[in-house]
Amino acid sequence: MVSLLRNQKARNALLQVVYVGSLGALVLACAMIARRNLAQQGITSGFDFLYKSTGWDVSFSLLPATANDPYWWYFLIGIINTLFLGSVGLILATVVGTIVGLARTSSNELARLLGRTYVDIFRNIPLILQVFFWYAVITHLPTPRAAHQAFGMLLTSRGLYAPIPNVGGVAFAAAAIAFIGAIALPVWLGRTSRLNRPLGERLGIQLAGAAAALACAVLILAGGRLPGLPLLDFPALQGLNIKGGLRIPPEFSALAVAIAIYGGSYIAEIVRGGFKAVSKGQVEAALSLGLSPWRIFTLVRLPLALRAMLPILANQYVWLIKATTMGIAVGFTDFFMIVALTINHSGQTLEAIGILMAGFLTINLSLAAVFNRINKAIALKGNQLRG
Amino acid sequence: MEMIFVAPPAPGRLEDLKRRFFVTPLQALLSLVSLAIMASLAWKLLNWAVFSAVFTTSGGPEACQAAAGACWSVIAARWRIILFGLYPFEEQWRSALACVTVVVMTVLSCIPAFWTGRRIALVWGAGTALYYVLMKGGVLGLAYVGEEAWGGLALTLFIFVTTCLIGFPLAICLALLRRSELPWISRTTGVIIDSVRSLPLISILFTFAIVLPFALPQWLQGDKLYRVILGSALFFSAYQAEIVRGGMQGVPTGQEEAAMALGMSYWQRIGRILLPQAMRNALPATINQFVISFKETSLVVIVGFFEILASGNAAYGTGEWRFAYVEVYAFIAFIYFVFVFSLSRYGGFLERRMSVGER
Repeated sequence: MVSLLRNQKARNALLQVVYVGSLGALVLACAMIARRNLAQQGITSGFDFLYKSTGWDVSFSLLPATANDPYWWYFLIGIINTLFLGSVGLILATVVGTIVGLARTSSNELARLLGRTYVDIFRNIPLILQVFFWYAVITHLPTPRAAHQAFGMLLTSRGLYAPIPNVGGVAFAAAAIAFIGAIALPVWLGRTSRLNRPLGERLGIQLAGAAAALACAVLILAGGRLPGLPLLDFPALQGLNIKGGLRIPPEFSALAVAIAIYGGSYIAEIVRGGFKAVSKGQVEAALSLGLSPWRIFTLVRLPLALRAMLPILANQYVWLIKATTMGIAVGFTDFFMIVALTINHSGQTLEAIGILMAGFLTINLSLAAVFNRINKAIALKGNQLRG
Repeated sequence: MEMIFVAPPAPGRLEDLKRRFFVTPLQALLSLVSLAIMASLAWKLLNWAVFSAVFTTSGGPEACQAAAGACWSVIAARWRIILFGLYPFEEQWRSALACVTVVVMTVLSCIPAFWTGRRIALVWGAGTALYYVLMKGGVLGLAYVGEEAWGGLALTLFIFVTTCLIGFPLAICLALLRRSELPWISRTTGVIIDSVRSLPLISILFTFAIVLPFALPQWLQGDKLYRVILGSALFFSAYQAEIVRGGMQGVPTGQEEAAMALGMSYWQRIGRILLPQAMRNALPATINQFVISFKETSLVVIVGFFEILASGNAAYGTGEWRFAYVEVYAFIAFIYFVFVFSLSRYGGFLERRMSVGER
């Protein structure tokens, strides 16, 4: 036995077995204790609860929800709410971050100062404090009777009310997809190698593609229109409350604004770093070729900066998606809140935590995969990087 | 032939302004727009925060509500609850002293003379012990105050300090395990680190505070505060482990081979060759991680702790000061800003200093 312990290989094997074994035993012990504790409270383990109806309601949902719906439907609602808030927050934060980041790299001293002040202030205050702040601001807005009005929209303490077309839910979603296609199609048509026409002469095809997708969107909207109602549903005051229109609840706006402002300050730094990474020689070469400032920006600086930015940006996006869980502080029903409510109401603790982990792992891994693909597609190939 | 260099005549004030801000029409427009934004923001802010603000408590909430500007009297009336929470009134000097301890400790660990493993551990160990004695009492004639009465800034700082104190050694352990040559150990550790990193911090805090008691035997559960600190330390260490690992990868393999050739043992190699160099490589990212984790301690408000954010909510949430939420949040934001901004500035300074050394 002693001689076996002197053998390096045997020692290594033993070490691994002890390490993995003790970790496994720890997890197993916790699971068994939890199972016993839950059984004492009369809660059976397993995933059968997913098909029971919840008996409680959600305050915000993109999908139709009633208290009779089963748990798995609620989890779906939660994931979709998280993804929706995440994508709105990411888009807003990217827009804010790009503007501020460009201001910080501009040749104008005052614009740089402005950008820097923004980043210094908002990066150094915790996100949750900003969420609380915007939530307090929005809920202290005037009551529906004294609402701020602009462009047919109403801003009140109960949320932002916007006009919405009178269209069925499925048709609305389909139209939204067609609309996104109208933006994405020209980009794809402009870059793909499948068309045998040179890159510069594709404007016609691009325009036709965009127009076709837009026409699709309009047709779907017209076809899915609810009968007997005007095309646009304007919000209006009725009695003490506001009827009609699309209500964006204060919880959602507070989170979206906070994520946009806080995330924007981080993305601004990433944008600035990306542009700083573009070597001066590249810009000078472009200048000596006689390119205009705009073309230098779009053809030289932006593509090179994007390559430097993407990996860090992917990390930031994962972080921002995880930050949507702060919704629980103000009562936005995101994925995590649904999990927490499930634990409170059904007691299926282990299962709910497992679903939470699986959900976030899936979201993070797919986001990382998308970014890896983009990264690979735009990475400089071969010897372009040398020298 | 002798060359004579003549400096160009120094530009006048106007000339200088023109060159800096109005070279091209576009630049001029940019300057004017930025200037307009800055001037209007500064004016509005100053007007609100200083010129038409109320500073004294003499008029009470009514005088505040009548004023057009900020109502700083809410801070004057409620600063004690914001900073110290529900800590017994006459013992609050202890809470204040504990906060000062943490600040001194942080400042000390920013001085390069303290950057050896033993000294930094000594500073943090002694600082935390002093903090704990001051807050909890029960010895040296100090009255006993249980953790449930801790609150405000003191609690925020305590959670931050203990998170780092537990998380940092754990991070080094995790990084070493992940770098291990034994495949099963490195892979298992990799799975642990990656799964913790992919979860939101709130869900980890929630699990440790509310769910974990189900999965632990009675004698292991401990106070909710310490469970939450453990959860936040785990989260911190998962991120910090990757930073440390990155620092280790920056150490040339020749260094370790040389140490082996000298016949140093594993622990000597790690402690004297690898870690010091790895920590130097990882220093900027580490400071950044400290900054982030200081901001993230604010999340414990969600699992029901009375830290500075919650005590702020309580300070304006009660009846008479209900309208003064902006001022309270501005005050808390300012406190966070002072801590986070000085730490991140220090990080920037270190980074510049180190890049000078590398050239």
